[in-house]
Amino acid sequence: MAEQIALEITRYSPERDKTPSMEEFEVPLRKEWVVLDALNYIKDKVDGSLSFRWSCRMGVCGSCGMMVNGEPKLTCATFLNDYAPGPIRVEPLKNFPVMRDLIVEISDFLAKLSKVKPWLIRKKEKPISEGEYLQTPEELDSYRQFSMCINCLLCYAACPVYGLDPLFAGPAALALAQRYNMDSRDEGKSERLDVLSQHDGIWGCTFVGECTQVCPKHVDPAGAIQQYKLTAAQEWVKSLLMPWGGK
Amino acid sequence: MAAKRSNEPFLWLLFSAGGVVAALLVPVHLFLFGLAFPLGWLPAPAHDTLLALARSPIGRIYLLVFCVLPLFHWAHRFRYTLYDGLQIKHLNELVNTLCYGGATVGAAFAVYLIWRIP
Amino acid sequence: MLRYTEYPPRGYRVRVSTYWWTGRRAYLRFILRELSSIFVAWFVLETLFQINALAGGPSAYSDFEQFLRNPVVIASNVISFLFVLFHAVTWFNLSPKAMAVRLGGKRVPAALIAGPNYVAWVLISAGVAWLILRG
Ligand code: SF4
Ligand code: FES
Repeated sequence: MAEQIALEITRYSPERDKTPSMEEFEVPLRKEWVVLDALNYIKDKVDGSLSFRWSCRMGVCGSCGMMVNGEPKLTCATFLNDYAPGPIRVEPLKNFPVMRDLIVEISDFLAKLSKVKPWLIRKKEKPISEGEYLQTPEELDSYRQFSMCINCLLCYAACPVYGLDPLFAGPAALALAQRYNMDSRDEGKSERLDVLSQHDGIWGCTFVGECTQVCPKHVDPAGAIQQYKLTAAQEWVKSLLMPWGGK
Repeated sequence: MAAKRSNEPFLWLLFSAGGVVAALLVPVHLFLFGLAFPLGWLPAPAHDTLLALARSPIGRIYLLVFCVLPLFHWAHRFRYTLYDGLQIKHLNELVNTLCYGGATVGAAFAVYLIWRIP
Repeated sequence: MLRYTEYPPRGYRVRVSTYWWTGRRAYLRFILRELSSIFVAWFVLETLFQINALAGGPSAYSDFEQFLRNPVVIASNVISFLFVLFHAVTWFNLSPKAMAVRLGGKRVPAALIAGPNYVAWVLISAGVAWLILRG
């Protein structure tokens, strides 16, 4: 028989259990298998009730984030082999309420995301007849990194501040705010600043920096937040020197 | 929909400026006065040499910056460490008063002492 | 329909442990970095005593020097020195993150921002030491 590897997986059913517990499964250890493949194997062959989210299997949709041996990971990009001989502990993403097994409740993040207005804000749309909003490669480059986010929420699972204070807007939302702030086509900076220059916004961040370490897309949310702090501080000085400046 | 005006930018600027001073200047002072002179690695400067340095206008400004900014750096970091490390966000006001208040008292004390240098 | 509340009532919530900062090496490093500020503040206090002693005349100052030779004080200064160095290094290394400097449309690499920090550090330290030791 082929080599096996053990997975310890969080099981939780809100109807049945008071608290989550761990269940162990054995799966074949195949060189090309990722943790997500093992979960699908279990669901198909062993226990059809195992619940988890996934979609693209290629690091694009951001739905398969879980804790693998305590580290936030995209399970579709985490190879079993790297953890051999195991066992591998698979738990739901930290810092979010667990709904069932490996599925977490993320509406808190979605609400925060819409609060930072992650879209292009124009004071006045120009008519279609005038053509598109042009952007140079340099202008694109200034926010490109921050636009790579796939909302996988690994950064939230790595952020102790979010764990301690659920009101904190959190890494990805703030990085996305910065993504639109840096966009040459956007005119919504001051609107966003009102929302984000608050204690629950950028000032809640203590620059632990782990969000940047775990991000699978190299978004660098920690950097985005510090840059945003610098901008907010400059705005503050400006409003002090020119209180009549208004916006 | 203007949100409540926040004084966080101000505190953060003080924190950052203090962090720069603490990084650039504190190590050399601590090394000289705290280690090298007491342990005899280097000859300690005489009292009047140091006094001459400290009493010049530039010396006084230097000392003021050296003492005041790092105190606010401490206040900011310590405040967040208390919040997060001990999970006492509900004691918010108290912690803030303690940290920034402490730094302000320290700063006032520094001003007084530096002013008093003969 | 699921409606957003700031504390979602649904699902199982785990409370963060008070000892969360022991959970990962990076968290521990973070807490140590933050705690370095205590040693910074402590040294500022030491400096304030020093200023006071300086103002008090030669004999007050030699009392202060005597105090600094106390083994307990030396030991605490050794620890402070390590923490202050840790602060300086982390501060210089993190500053490029907060400053996205662009030149000719390209982001200046982090090492080019951190590097000058270290150069400035060495020069300023040497300058201060020279001023103090000169006399
Ligand atoms: S910033 Fe990175 S870790 Fe966070 S949600 Fe976006 S892609 Fe995931
Ligand atoms: S399944 Fe889409 S990112 Fe992993």
